[in-house]
Amino acid sequence: MIGFCLILKAAIVAAAKNELVAKGELEMINILFIEHDGTEHPVEVKAGGSVMQAAVSNGVPGIDADCGGSCSCATCHVYVDSEWIDKLETIGPTEEAMLSLSTDRQETSRLSCQIPVAENLDGLVVKTPEFQF
Amino acid sequence: MTENIIQGKKKPSKWSMVGKDASSMPLKDIDLSHPGIWQANEYLPFLARLRKEDPVHYCENSAVGSYWSVTKYKDIMEVDTSPQIYSSEPTIGMVDTFEEFSFPAFISMDPPKHDEQRKVVQGVVAPANLKNLEGLIRQRVCNILDSLPLEEEFDWVNRVSIELTTQMLATLFDFPFEDRYKLTRWSDVATAIPGHGVINSIEERWESMEECLAYFTRLWNERINKEPGNDLVSMLAHGESTRNMPPTEFLGNIILLIVGGNDTTRNSISGGVLALNEFPDEYEKLRQDPSLVKNMISEIIRWQTPLAHMRRTAKTDAVLGGKQIKAGDKVVMWYASGNRDEEVIDRPDVFWIDRPNVRQHLSFGFGLHRCMGNRLAEMQLSILWEEIMQRFHKVEIVGDVERVYSSFVKGYTRMPVVLHPK
Repeated sequence: MIGFCLILKAAIVAAAKNELVAKGELEMINILFIEHDGTEHPVEVKAGGSVMQAAVSNGVPGIDADCGGSCSCATCHVYVDSEWIDKLETIGPTEEAMLSLSTDRQETSRLSCQIPVAENLDGLVVKTPEFQF
Repeated sequence: MTENIIQGKKKPSKWSMVGKDASSMPLKDIDLSHPGIWQANEYLPFLARLRKEDPVHYCENSAVGSYWSVTKYKDIMEVDTSPQIYSSEPTIGMVDTFEEFSFPAFISMDPPKHDEQRKVVQGVVAPANLKNLEGLIRQRVCNILDSLPLEEEFDWVNRVSIELTTQMLATLFDFPFEDRYKLTRWSDVATAIPGHGVINSIEERWESMEECLAYFTRLWNERINKEPGNDLVSMLAHGESTRNMPPTEFLGNIILLIVGGNDTTRNSISGGVLALNEFPDEYEKLRQDPSLVKNMISEIIRWQTPLAHMRRTAKTDAVLGGKQIKAGDKVVMWYASGNRDEEVIDRPDVFWIDRPNVRQHLSFGFGLHRCMGNRLAEMQLSILWEEIMQRFHKVEIVGDVERVYSSFVKGYTRMPVVLHPK
């Protein structure tokens, strides 16, 4: 009985979600930012902006975004959790050029201004580096 | 460089804009390249007029030939981030390279060579390395500040701005400390216009640069035979894409690192004192809340804009701000103007230490050539102001401030001050 209720509840929630999406009303997306020392900053944002904007507008430390989101510095550098990296669009040439000059680039490095917040990224986990450069 | 030296006295150059009325003179005659208005501190009205009436402005006749002036923040950003159109080669200065003085450096290269050479040296000024230097910088800042006279006039430029940046440079190069004033001299000589105090002739520059090359070649030879170290000379000597550089390119990169690490921070150190004197309410705000230092130093760097411009050269025809740029045209991004663009920056002429989004200024440039030493500059300024606020109630300017004769290096040659202790 409890199991059935949960399934029903899940179905109702999913239906409600679908209805919202269908109506064009924006979902809240959860993103977890983790600082280099392990401090976690969960944020909830609407789809549409960038992951950089999600951090800045929620006061997440460790992201400077000096160029304001135009992919022309590298001060919104993040390490995307490896489970999420395949869900992102591939790196464009400008982002690649800026990242290639980073001194602490890793395999899952991205510029967070180049990651649009979309429904399929609900639950995204990114780590912020110790320094932005 | 047009110079008119008659019996040892200079008459104003025919190109000078000093004393002209920026609001009424014909637009086509506005020429930002001549150093006069920059030294006389009269440049702002010219920049404001161009931003308002002709944001991408063609100057057909000047001492440095014809060029475009780009004065709005967004257009500057477009040029800076389009290296495929706007090249940094052959030079980033407005003067087409002096034949006598042509030293290639990665600031005036496009990818891929730029990227390869920059990567060799940027680690020394990356934050992870700076963290190790912080204690040393603070110690040196304290030593300098504690040696200054109280309630007695002295020149801030010489005793603090130059001293601190020179010590820092000597550290980054692992340069013999007792010879460190040579670095200041070479930096000044490299960008000076002959006949304006620093050098009298191009030959004098050449002699000085040869001395610089000889000195650094000696350091190179010492370090190439040792294990790779963490100083810039050792990094260049051992770096895969730099170890076989020809001497002119080695000198070019050394000069780039000296000038980049010297003039710019020096003038932001002086500029901060001037800004706080011109905006005493902000100084009081800082006294009430010294934790504003971090935000303030970005505002200092914006307000000062220690390099007024960078030049690019169009590789292809392009349209910018509605104007047709032709391949080969000289395109000058006036950071000093973009940083005062009222469309992007709220009340841009106001020095506002807790300004929102303060880091979004153009002083470091954007894109591939963004200032490599920006974190070092910020750290030096932060430490300096933290320590100043611990010691002094006010650094008071008590006489006329003198400015550099240059439309590139935007800074100060003299700033008489008196220190009032807390």
